[in-house]
Amino acid sequence: MVKGIIAFGQYFLLDKIVGRSPSNIYQNPKFRSAIIQAILVFIVFYTFYSLYQTTVFNLEERGIKTSTSFFDQVAPFKVGFSPFLNFELGETTYIEVFYIGVLNTLLVAVLGIIAATLLGFFIGILRSSNNWLAQKFALIYVEIFRNMPLLLQIMFWNFAIFLAFLPPPKQSLEFGAFYLNGRGLQTPVPIVENNFLFKVWLGILIFSIIASFIFRNWAKKRRDQTGKSLPVLGISLSVIIIIGISSFYILGKPFAVDLPVLGKFNFKGGGQLPLPLFSLWFALTVYTSAFIAENVRAGIASVSKGQIEAARSIGLTRPQMVKLIIIPQALRVIIPPTISQYLNLTKNSSLAMAVGYEEVVAVWANISLNQTGQALIIIAMTIIFFEICSLFTSFILNIYNRRIQITER
Amino acid sequence: MTKSDSIIKISKLNKWYGKFHALKDIDLSVGRTEKIVICGPSGSGKSTLIRCINRLEVHQEGSIQVDGIELTDDIKQITEIRSDVGMVFQHFNLFPHLTVLENCSLAPIWVRKKSKVEAEEMAMQLLEKVRIPDQADKYPGQLSGGQQQRVAIARALCMQPRIMLFDEPTSALDPEMIKEVLETMIELADSGMTMIVVTHEMGFANRVADRIIFMDEGQIVEQNDPESFFKNPESDRTKLFLSQILDH
Ligand SMILES: Nc1ncnc2c1ncn2[C@@H]1O[C@H](COP(=O)(O)OP(=O)(O)O)[C@@H](O)[C@H]1O
Ligand SMILES: [Mg+2]
Repeated sequence: MVKGIIAFGQYFLLDKIVGRSPSNIYQNPKFRSAIIQAILVFIVFYTFYSLYQTTVFNLEERGIKTSTSFFDQVAPFKVGFSPFLNFELGETTYIEVFYIGVLNTLLVAVLGIIAATLLGFFIGILRSSNNWLAQKFALIYVEIFRNMPLLLQIMFWNFAIFLAFLPPPKQSLEFGAFYLNGRGLQTPVPIVENNFLFKVWLGILIFSIIASFIFRNWAKKRRDQTGKSLPVLGISLSVIIIIGISSFYILGKPFAVDLPVLGKFNFKGGGQLPLPLFSLWFALTVYTSAFIAENVRAGIASVSKGQIEAARSIGLTRPQMVKLIIIPQALRVIIPPTISQYLNLTKNSSLAMAVGYEEVVAVWANISLNQTGQALIIIAMTIIFFEICSLFTSFILNIYNRRIQITER
Repeated sequence: MTKSDSIIKISKLNKWYGKFHALKDIDLSVGRTEKIVICGPSGSGKSTLIRCINRLEVHQEGSIQVDGIELTDDIKQITEIRSDVGMVFQHFNLFPHLTVLENCSLAPIWVRKKSKVEAEEMAMQLLEKVRIPDQADKYPGQLSGGQQQRVAIARALCMQPRIMLFDEPTSALDPEMIKEVLETMIELADSGMTMIVVTHEMGFANRVADRIIFMDEGQIVEQNDPESFFKNPESDRTKLFLSQILDH
């Protein structure tokens, strides 16, 4: 057997290494690799096909006919958290449950990615600072949260900390207009009062943002030609804010903010991030930020001492050096692994099962599957969803890498 | 040399790294357009001395005046001195994420507040002077060591400095590239630039230097014009050093 593998390897690979010239078509490396590929494709397809056949057969033995007709059946269970689509027990169908699950996964992923990026950069910069205490604190943070199993961390925050220590609604912890208690996080939500005027207001806002980009290009051209620079960011931001606020009042307040208010027993108004979502978001943020912090540290460390000396020797000030030399070089090292961390965070959100957050794996690949028995279709759709997330990530990464290659080579 | 002629005045300079006494009571005046070569064994403090001149290292005692400005913690003065003093490093230290042209025009744009057009025009002139104008749009990683070092010289010259510091500019280069860099430096010397060059290229020293300084253990052991320095070295340490590097 082993001999056979070796002979196989020698036969197919050796001439690639020693560059033997082919005497007939079977020794032509191109022809041979085409044959190998064809065989491999056949094996892969055959494996999947027989798996599929077996599963369909087994399901039919149990009286389940594989078909998508269950999509339009009404789901007989409740999905408690559905901020984007309306859930109505007895009306909502299975396919809508799938959409709710996908949206809930994307919600916790987006919230987690934003928070983990901010926290990760903060910790990573602390880790690279000259302050001994800050450095050691960041080191311990990274080592603890990177190395503990994520499932354990999710359960720890949810059961040992938040459920155990957060107060009942009446004694909520207050963070501005946000209130945290044992049921979750109460947040303000915007309520659109006049749909048309709201759209007009959004249009004005988008228009002024586009205008600020045009202004930025103009200012850059002017600087290239005359050397005179303008505080572009400050001007743009203040103009956008002034236009946003004044048009809000001119249009007669097209939307209002609904604040959570404490009633007799619970909050009225506002929105609620239920505790499972809050715990999951918190744990994913802390866990992922430890990895991002490590990327940031590595990125900053990748800028050599010589670069900083050269920047100082030509007279750049510290902020200029950070902006023109350190950040561009560090980001090249930081961004690719950080984008992969975003994908990891999205995949890791499926551990929500442990705390009962209703994301796609919980409501679709678990509950819906148990109810309908449609394993094949449900698992395939779940896989395809995560596969799309992953393809999207590699797509973004490829764009980034290509841009870097063009500008560095 | 009269006092008013000197562009750099260093007196009673002492520098420690922790407990290690790296520079001991250095006194040195450099005249306008003077070319000084510093040599000495490894670890003798040559780099430390020239790095003190543009404040890449901070000294603890004594004073350094560059073009009449005393070096202190004042950031404005440090920036002013740095834009007047160009430096070329052993390992080039070009910015890898910027093209050759961008490397050269960066400081004129951000420090001298020149327009991009003007800065790039001047950068092209200087790249022509170091004879690599055709590489302007390449990235440093695409150039040979000798070309990179010439870009580094052009980058420093773009700030129109009055003084140029070189810290072993040819030590990291293959022999066939040393010549092209030395030629560029000789041309620069002939154009009247004030230069302090740490190097062991004694041919270059003989050809260009007004004065050769020999350092050992953080001190200036002896200094002289090239002819006397090579023919009649005064101290035994200098003789030993010269015999070691000239025997090669
Ligand atoms: N950043 C530093 N920290 C501690 N010691 C240093 C540092 N830089 C240089 N030294 C020490 O100072 C001495 C002089 O160094 P340097 O000026 O680089 O010597 P040279 O350039 O003549 O080889 C050496 O002994 C070196 O080990
Ligand atoms: Mg040195």
